[in-house]
Amino acid sequence: MNIHEYQAKAVLKEYGAPVAEGVAIFSADEAEAAAKSLPGPLWVVKSQIHAGGRGKGKFKELPADAKGGVRLAFSLEDVIKNAKEMLGNTLVTAQTGDAGKVVNRLYIEDGADIERELYLSILVDRSVGRPAFVVSTEGGMDIEAVAEHTPEKIVTLPIDPETGVTEADAGNLCDALKLEGEARADAMKLFPILYKAFMEKDMSLLEINPLIVMKDGRVRVLDAKVSFDGNALFRHPEIVALRDETEEDAKEIEASKWDLAYVALDGNIGCMVNGAGLAMATMDIIKLYGKEPANFCDVGGGAGKEKVAAAFKIITADPKVEGILVNIFGGIMKCDVIAEGVLAAVTEVGLKVPLVVRLEGTNVELGKKIIAESGLNVIAADDLDDAAQKIVAAVKGAA
Amino acid sequence: MSILVNKDTKIIVQGLTGKTGTFHTEQALQYYGTQMVAGVHPKKGGESWTSGVDASASLPIFATVGEAKEATGADASVIYVPPAGAGAAIIEAIDAEVPFIVCITEGIPVADMVKVKAKLEKSKSRLLGPNCPGILTPEECKIGIMPGSIFKKGSVGVVSRSGTLTYEAVFQTSNAGLGQTTAVGIGGDPVKGTEFIDVLEMFLADDETQSIIMIGEIGGAAEEEAAQFLIDEAKKGRKKPMAGFIAGRTAPKGRTMGHAGAVISGGKGGAEDKIAAMEAAGIKVSPSPAKLGETLLEVLKG
Repeated sequence: MNIHEYQAKAVLKEYGAPVAEGVAIFSADEAEAAAKSLPGPLWVVKSQIHAGGRGKGKFKELPADAKGGVRLAFSLEDVIKNAKEMLGNTLVTAQTGDAGKVVNRLYIEDGADIERELYLSILVDRSVGRPAFVVSTEGGMDIEAVAEHTPEKIVTLPIDPETGVTEADAGNLCDALKLEGEARADAMKLFPILYKAFMEKDMSLLEINPLIVMKDGRVRVLDAKVSFDGNALFRHPEIVALRDETEEDAKEIEASKWDLAYVALDGNIGCMVNGAGLAMATMDIIKLYGKEPANFCDVGGGAGKEKVAAAFKIITADPKVEGILVNIFGGIMKCDVIAEGVLAAVTEVGLKVPLVVRLEGTNVELGKKIIAESGLNVIAADDLDDAAQKIVAAVKGAA
Repeated sequence: MSILVNKDTKIIVQGLTGKTGTFHTEQALQYYGTQMVAGVHPKKGGESWTSGVDASASLPIFATVGEAKEATGADASVIYVPPAGAGAAIIEAIDAEVPFIVCITEGIPVADMVKVKAKLEKSKSRLLGPNCPGILTPEECKIGIMPGSIFKKGSVGVVSRSGTLTYEAVFQTSNAGLGQTTAVGIGGDPVKGTEFIDVLEMFLADDETQSIIMIGEIGGAAEEEAAQFLIDEAKKGRKKPMAGFIAGRTAPKGRTMGHAGAVISGGKGGAEDKIAAMEAAGIKVSPSPAKLGETLLEVLKG
């Protein structure tokens, strides 16, 4: 689960991390009061969307030469003018896709005098199974580009979970970031704070880009991007409360209510599969035969008829979907349960597009019988290859 | 020979009394008499569990893993405990020095697995999973949730990060007449016990395993590390015919695809890099998950 920058900063501030003063606003009317509550004379007006690259982003509704999604303001009037221009408009960045994201929230923040911009993130390093700091002196830019062109400028330091961040670890990170004097003293305190927040809040990513050294020599968290481990949300109701559903796909929200693993994609063939690997492989094979998947959908192993029906309804409700492929290899999942779920959904919402069903594994004969006797216009398939070819052919035939 | 488990493996079940634990223990008992020897439940020690499909099959329940192991001489444990308590269940099994621990549970917080991993490294236990279908040696032993009916005793070692794709590989190699020595699901989580390399080492060392199918997916670099391992071993003259598959060629960047570990992040973990690494290690990677058996047959024919 992702949260906004201002929410991430509030979480980090609770742990004692140095962040600038700031106020989140939802309408331009609040801009003046927000700016007045901050010291000035420099303010930053930042679009709050769940995507990076905001500064270089462009608003769809504004002229091409208009400023991006993060703007400096040098007066109260300037803050208000920018807030009016940004709120409600659609920001397109390198990470949003062409559709962009509507800016519904702004964060008005106290400006900082920047001396140096650094990069810092914490994530779980899978190769060692430990949390790791990733730092670079090249902050404020796309870290993937740094990794590609100057990988030697990125330092990774795994942390032993049984000791946490030691003095030696913090010192090594300071050395890697070339921090001296007051900035070093600040950072020595900051690293354990960030690690504690990462572990206690079950974050999957904590990225500070940039972490800055200001002209007065102090260190500050200038931007913050935080994602949380979805599997740990059960023990963090305070984090769940920060969820902004307007940032998420409506189909994905509906799917999450049913505990379905669903990801909306851009293609035309809807898929319903059991198992994450098989669900990905089903998408891949659709592409192999020349079409694109409309979604990833793993109904899981223990789904009942209702959950299967819910999944099928989410897929059929997608206006892009021109055909559906149901691919089940029953292990725990029983084929008859899938068949009944599909039948229940079709009875309720109808079926306007071709449907190919491939069933294999537990109770396969029973499942096939239920489908065959339903009178539905279902194309049966023998294996995954056959299923993919049939749905691609059916969709091409219908077009 | 098989790897890791055989007809002599004695297994205790953590989370036996729940719906999932009960169902799969019933299934295991019916699979060539897999030796399920006890259950563990902190509040039900001293009670017993009876199979719902075979009233003559009953298992004693102990309050702790330590007591269960002591009383039964078990050398493996399978965990069906729900995610919030599964990390603690694995640690209990490690503390009780159970040699082989299989955790089926999906959805364990990564932070809990980080703690488990630190503990595991200092122990003598091997962990398989979590978020995995388990392990099965045909006609001998079934630990976990794989459907026994699709297996056939034979010569292929199967190792996979995905449960259902393991079934595809097993089904196809059974249909191709090859059969399996052992199928191992290492699981879809980012932090786990057993990795590809561990299983590949065992398959290379096992005389009966004459060929191997390896199924990976997007996320992390375990496939690349495994490919490097195979290249290094081949230089020492250890090499077996291999076919493979990588799921997630069409997955978008930055999105978690069902498995917590299946995500392309920071530009790393994409399918094409993995396929290239595996092919460089001499694995024939099938473009279609429906052609795993066929691809392996082609490799075997040379």
